[in-house]
Amino acid sequence: MMKKLFALLFAGFVVSAAYAQEAPDVLVQRVTDDVLEIIRKDRDIQNGDTHKVIELVDKKVLPHFNFSHMTALALGKDWRKASPQQQQQLTAEFKTLLVRTYANALTGYRNQKVVYKPLKMAPTDSDVLVRTEVLQPGSKPVQLDYSLEKLESGWKVYDVVVAGISLVTNYRDQFGQEVRNGGIDGLIASIAAKNKSLEANSKK
Amino acid sequence: MTDYFCASAVRRAQRRVVGALALAFACSGAVADGNPNDPYEAFNRPMFAVNEAIDKYAAKPVAQVYDNAVPLPVKASVGNFFGNAGDLWIGVNSALQGKFGDAGIDIGRLLINSTVGIFGLFDVASELGLERHDEDFGQTLAVWGVGGGGYLFWPVIGPRNVRDTVGFAVGTYADPVMYVRPVSVRNSMAALRFVDIRASLLPSDRVVEEAALDKYAYIRDAYLQRRRSQIFDGRPPRLDD
Repeated sequence: MMKKLFALLFAGFVVSAAYAQEAPDVLVQRVTDDVLEIIRKDRDIQNGDTHKVIELVDKKVLPHFNFSHMTALALGKDWRKASPQQQQQLTAEFKTLLVRTYANALTGYRNQKVVYKPLKMAPTDSDVLVRTEVLQPGSKPVQLDYSLEKLESGWKVYDVVVAGISLVTNYRDQFGQEVRNGGIDGLIASIAAKNKSLEANSKK
Repeated sequence: MTDYFCASAVRRAQRRVVGALALAFACSGAVADGNPNDPYEAFNRPMFAVNEAIDKYAAKPVAQVYDNAVPLPVKASVGNFFGNAGDLWIGVNSALQGKFGDAGIDIGRLLINSTVGIFGLFDVASELGLERHDEDFGQTLAVWGVGGGGYLFWPVIGPRNVRDTVGFAVGTYADPVMYVRPVSVRNSMAALRFVDIRASLLPSDRVVEEAALDKYAYIRDAYLQRRRSQIFDGRPPRLDD
């Protein structure tokens, strides 16, 4: 009995260690292929079921993201003005906003092909850019790049860049404006209000 | 004082649109506490509102009908056809930026797609591994060292800084569609291309609506990042922070 338990625990460690060491480009490809495969088979998501796609993203994608780094990056210098508690609130609200809007973008997925570019990386690198390209007939290919950093828990995404546009730093000026108008708490309130209105709309 | 001068001067110059615009830039440039990335915000925000109205009541509904009514292979061919028509100008710009290898590929694409690809309806070249480049005269000017010159938002043609506005104007002279005759056919083609482009942007509409705290600023900053990336061919040097 004990032996079995040990074996199981050990197997668990091996598996999680293997994931922790999974190369960043392999990770991006595995998660992308996984998620797209599910969407391809799911009529509800294709028809725009917000809650179902958010559930999918929660389960498959979010464990590989570092949202506090993303939020810090979105705020820039203002991040340091926030207390630890405010930082926590900001991260939570920003995460909700990003997950909802980009999960909804996934419902528009219709068999576009994703090409993974070879990754140039030294074994000591702890910050890399994984490049992919989304191909669709009749349109220019769209670049889709992920910035990842190496943490103890494995590689985590901290920025997503679509066609040269960082979905994170694109908020910098808007957030700065909110902070100038109403301080950090004003910014938290604005993002929270935005999340509430999106939630209300999706219930209609 | 300045404001009063500006208001009356703009009114006087109203009939001469160019003069009015130049004054509007000069005047809004006088605003001290504005965003350094957006010196003409006072001009741009109303233009953005005008464009939103045009889009809501005309461009977007037409694009939606097109998107729903036309089968995907036809839409792809429409996109390919106009893409092919644009490859010559892309090649010229590659060459003007000193990227002669790219220019060769662009012209090769044009030759292959115009023949084997049946007047550009099929993008055979991409399937052969000759990828389309993303060049225009605005980027060429940037590579030559011309400064951006402030962000502008125009109705219908959308966000373009001063440099890209010039690039766009020059580009229309190099646009083969503009030389199609009779004029009625040229106009139909230009309209179809506009609808095709607008339809291709439909999926991102919802994302922008949902993601932005301030849609105007979201689009402006996305434009600025996107152009920076294009100028550096998708590999812009990293900014601090």
